[in-house]
Amino acid sequence: MNDDKHTGRIHVPILARVEGEGALEVSIREGRLEDLKLRIFEPPRLFEKLLEGRSAQDVIDSVARICGICPVAYQMSAVAALEAILGITPSSWVARMRRVMYCGEWLQSHSLHIHLLAAPDFLGFDSAPAMATRHPDEVRRGLRLQGLGNAIIRTFGGRSVHPVGVCPGGFFRAPDASAMAALRARLEASRDESLALIDWVAGLPFPEDDQEFVSVSLRHERDYPITEGWIVSDRGLDIPIDDYEQHFREFQVPHSTALHALLDDRPYLVGPLARLNNNLDRLPAELRDRLEATGIRFPSRNMFHSIIARAVEMHLALNEALRLTEDYATTTAPHVEAVPRAGVGFGCTEAPRGILWHRYTLDARGLVESARIVPPTSQNQARMEEDLATALTRFGLERDDDALRLHGEMVIRNYDPCISCATHFLDFHALRG
Amino acid sequence: MITPQRRPRLAVHKFSSCDGCQLAFLNLGEPLLDLAERVDILHFAEAGPVDEAAEVDIAFIEGSVATSEDAARLRGIRERSHYVVTIGACATAGGLQALRNLNDGAAWIEGLYARPEHIDLLADSTPIAKTIKVDLELWGCPVNGEQVLGATQALLAGHLPRVDHSAVCTECKRQQTVCVMVARGTPCLGPVTSTGCGALCPQLQRDCYACYGPAVQANVSALTTYLADTGMPADEIARRLLFINNQAEPFQTAGREWQARVIQRSGGEETS
Repeated sequence: MNDDKHTGRIHVPILARVEGEGALEVSIREGRLEDLKLRIFEPPRLFEKLLEGRSAQDVIDSVARICGICPVAYQMSAVAALEAILGITPSSWVARMRRVMYCGEWLQSHSLHIHLLAAPDFLGFDSAPAMATRHPDEVRRGLRLQGLGNAIIRTFGGRSVHPVGVCPGGFFRAPDASAMAALRARLEASRDESLALIDWVAGLPFPEDDQEFVSVSLRHERDYPITEGWIVSDRGLDIPIDDYEQHFREFQVPHSTALHALLDDRPYLVGPLARLNNNLDRLPAELRDRLEATGIRFPSRNMFHSIIARAVEMHLALNEALRLTEDYATTTAPHVEAVPRAGVGFGCTEAPRGILWHRYTLDARGLVESARIVPPTSQNQARMEEDLATALTRFGLERDDDALRLHGEMVIRNYDPCISCATHFLDFHALRG
Repeated sequence: MITPQRRPRLAVHKFSSCDGCQLAFLNLGEPLLDLAERVDILHFAEAGPVDEAAEVDIAFIEGSVATSEDAARLRGIRERSHYVVTIGACATAGGLQALRNLNDGAAWIEGLYARPEHIDLLADSTPIAKTIKVDLELWGCPVNGEQVLGATQALLAGHLPRVDHSAVCTECKRQQTVCVMVARGTPCLGPVTSTGCGALCPQLQRDCYACYGPAVQANVSALTTYLADTGMPADEIARRLLFINNQAEPFQTAGREWQARVIQRSGGEETS
């Protein structure tokens, strides 16, 4: 350490450009990090309890309300778990169209994060409108791609926030051919824009900050994982989603209304970078080549590269939506009827921010007896604190408070934390040991 | 006061919510940039600017009152804002999370947290207007982005906009959407629910579940009597009324009455 032994506290009372309410507290004593807390004070809304006694359709309509930015993810994890109980295997039309709808959410959520939340940091602006004065074309392209994602969701769900189209067994109504043709025309027209976005994002100035961490994601036998698969890590974990609770443990810490989670007692990462690290071989070859051409190597240990992973996933999502609707035919039977029955079911899908795991128990009338929901941001909390401690120390604790604060906020935004999500469900698990 | 001498100032505040109604702004696309050129957005944490103490012409509030600190925060916002506008079901009616008001909220917290003493949460989730005066309430879960933009423009022009609270049924008729209740026998809350969404659910051939709150002169008892006569159990009627806008009248009173019938029955005399 240098002679200028810095002592002090940095407090960021409201984290800007994240979803929900959080704060960062850092204590530095004699040039060393003494304490670091990512405080989450978003009040819980107790979703797991308010779902009790509700019907399967109520669950789908309720869990959307956990998160305005990723309601489709909540609906898809829920409907997968409910269908497992009800003994429903969705038709291949339904499975494909759910993936298309989910692609819409990836496109919308990732573009919102890249352009409105994260990129201003890299380019030295405090908001997207401020960034738009110097980078108008890039910001407008981002808003268009975000709008395109919303248009996909609307096509299936009527609206992009808390869409209303999903039911057990499929969709209430299939989009008609003309609506799909209009959507496809917009998607076709934006293919080059999402490719150009990858190059733009890869050209941002990235801090060097390689760290050791475990990447956890879904894995699918053929596709880049979105709506289904099993759970893997880059350290050899390979389990069906039903076994999640045997390997992952959640616990409460006093400074957060969102639970922390550990895998084999260690922090771990979920989200776009973990997903890409674990599924490079599931990218279409041309997209993998394009990524290689950026000169940035994946798998990556640098969390700042997660913005690139988001851009790659946006292009993937746009192309998937086109591929899966190529020979689109509407149907008059977009869902099979669900008959109530009792049981336990699990659902796990890749929300924009990482794996989103649900478990429900239904009674014989098909009403919820108990629910457990593990959102991605609570899974990332322990990893975020570990990352912040390493990243700020490397960055230089002797730097002034404003520089440390900005760097800390950038580190946090790499995770695109959705604090509203993370705080809404907390299943009680005792702290062991 | 909105004066021609300076640019209008806006703030967007968040309370207990899912952040979905703030997306009414963040999903605007190009109009968001236009808005940012015409007004100064002084506080909107999710979009970047953080200055909760700023004096503004219009304060938009998302979310319900949920913690011991919210009331004081709200009174400060009221003092510093010319217009206060609530956006969405949480801010306007307490939100889905207000279902805890009808249950034992403390037991719910204890059921979920190992150490409930670290959780600052009021027993009830309440709408903003229970704590401070609100100038304009925009309903909906989520609020309609066009409605928010329209209201913003009206307020910037110096007048309070009129909000249409006629029933979803009238919207279906205007759009010539086939009635799901008449044509398919699907029980629908459209007759008692305010429009604003554009009658999305009937268009998708499903029932309205009342996410825009009660319509003017909603005849809840006529609808629920009909639902009961056509075979819907009392507990399901109660659940439908006590959902996204469970604190809004007349949904709350009617919902609790139907709940009471279930309790009476399971109390013992009759089961059918």
